[in-house]
Amino acid sequence: MSPVMIELFIRSFFETVIMTVASGFISLVAGLPLGLALVATAKGGIAENLWINRLLGAIVNGFRSVPFIILLVALIPVTRFIVGTSIGMWAAIVPLSIAATPYYARMAEVSLREVDRGLIEAVRAMGGNRWTIVREVLVPEALPSLVAGFTVTLITLIGASAMAGAIGAGGLGDLAIRYGYQRFETTVMVAVVAVLIVLVCAIQWAGDRLVLRLDHKH
Amino acid sequence: MTSPFPQAGGAEQGENRREAVVRLSGVHRHFGDTPAIDGVSLTVHKGEILGLIGRSGAGKSTLIRCLNGLERPDRGSIKIEGREITGLSEEQLQPLRRRIGMIFQHFNLLSAKTVEENVALPLKIEGWSTEKRLARAAELLDLVGLSGKARSYPSALSGGQKQRVGIARALAAGPALLLSDEATSALDPETTAAILELLKDINAKLGLTILLITHEMEVIRSIADRVAVIDAGRIVEEGPVWSVFANPRTAITQSLLSGIRPHLPQHVAARLVSEPVGEVVLGVDLSGPDAGVLLAGLSGALAGGFRLIHGGVEHIQQQSVARFFLGIPPASDGPARAVAYLERHGAKVEVLGHVPGHD
Repeated sequence: MSPVMIELFIRSFFETVIMTVASGFISLVAGLPLGLALVATAKGGIAENLWINRLLGAIVNGFRSVPFIILLVALIPVTRFIVGTSIGMWAAIVPLSIAATPYYARMAEVSLREVDRGLIEAVRAMGGNRWTIVREVLVPEALPSLVAGFTVTLITLIGASAMAGAIGAGGLGDLAIRYGYQRFETTVMVAVVAVLIVLVCAIQWAGDRLVLRLDHKH
Repeated sequence: MTSPFPQAGGAEQGENRREAVVRLSGVHRHFGDTPAIDGVSLTVHKGEILGLIGRSGAGKSTLIRCLNGLERPDRGSIKIEGREITGLSEEQLQPLRRRIGMIFQHFNLLSAKTVEENVALPLKIEGWSTEKRLARAAELLDLVGLSGKARSYPSALSGGQKQRVGIARALAAGPALLLSDEATSALDPETTAAILELLKDINAKLGLTILLITHEMEVIRSIADRVAVIDAGRIVEEGPVWSVFANPRTAITQSLLSGIRPHLPQHVAARLVSEPVGEVVLGVDLSGPDAGVLLAGLSGALAGGFRLIHGGVEHIQQQSVARFFLGIPPASDGPARAVAYLERHGAKVEVLGHVPGHD
């Protein structure tokens, strides 16, 4: 690879990392409360409200059923409103976050639903309110599982960010398509795939380590 | 009080004068069409240990959850320390629940918190500072004999230790009442005995009122002052433990007691016939000071002697409770004289039948 290529490679790597981390952070901050709301409003939940539960469920399903490449284009007006432009890395973070939020919300919902109901009952019996239950029971007890779900979300985002090249966001995926695939530069393709494998393995390893440290159930 | 059964002797009337921590009257709770609680009236007096026993599905779990508002009754009145709680909102119930500790069959400790954090949680909810609540948690862990485990996580503890943490946590906020929901059902017999001993100790030391539910008469016998039997959502029998053990009036109580009371050995029961041939088998129940000397007196009164088939005397709340099975030789008036002697001394005698070949 030429020095210019190497520079491009490094820039693409950081673009992928920034897109993944930024949209991952937003999906965590928005998806966890959404997941909590899905669990709390479900039948038998701590704030049972079936109408709100159905509405939230429908919104989540709606976003999750649109293919990401279409979401990327369909959300252009929204992106332009938020970022000021519909082109580039920062613009790609908007659709990535909007796609990852309902995805993580479902993951969080599953994790939170697994929390033993007896623990919620125990904290209610000691006079705790809903907020106490969320803060002292649901989130801490589900934390290892919430972290595992977030690890999966981050890795999914790395894959999705490859499509963000379609709106000029750059990133490793875009590099692989433009140079490796369209210009037949096999070295670039192999290098990109190798780096992505290492990146995915590193995130999974770090996630697993964290889960192990947080889990006191066994 | 409109009790469907007559009240026993003087001891109970004395208790009625004591302050009531819990007073239920006419409590109903239905799930769909099935009544889970069907008109329960029950009083728990200050400082006593009341055992509520019933089979699974009898409504005891629902009933105990009505006391801290985890379940809402459809009808009836529930008073905790004189205050009606049935109309209260969830927010109004929260401070009240801090007056009521609860322990559970599966302990329900938070796995992500250390032992001391678990014990301190009710105090955190009350808004205590970290320093004060950890100091209080240390005191309580000392009380339940787990001082060395403050920094451990519950997963590192045995079942008995977990329940001790559960008890410490239930006591943290200084409750007026402790509810125990099958607290020893997941424990082995030895650990069960130790946990019951601890509860009894706490009852004596702190004067804490305890309402425990169980399906095991053994638990009632070793710890309760009074027992109430619940069946199909109704209290069918209630009284001091020794009196219910000595004289169970309902079939359900007799069946719950069958595991721990002596009964006629299977091989004798199989040979029983109703025709008057051979030895007469009597079932004898007696409680009170005479229980221990009854047999000595009987052997003096019966020239033909008798055979003790099975049974003995046990002591419940310092009361002697006897249950014997006797075989009387059929010679002349032996059986009739035995029955007369036993009844004269206050025993309840039942002629169970005859065993041919034993004469």
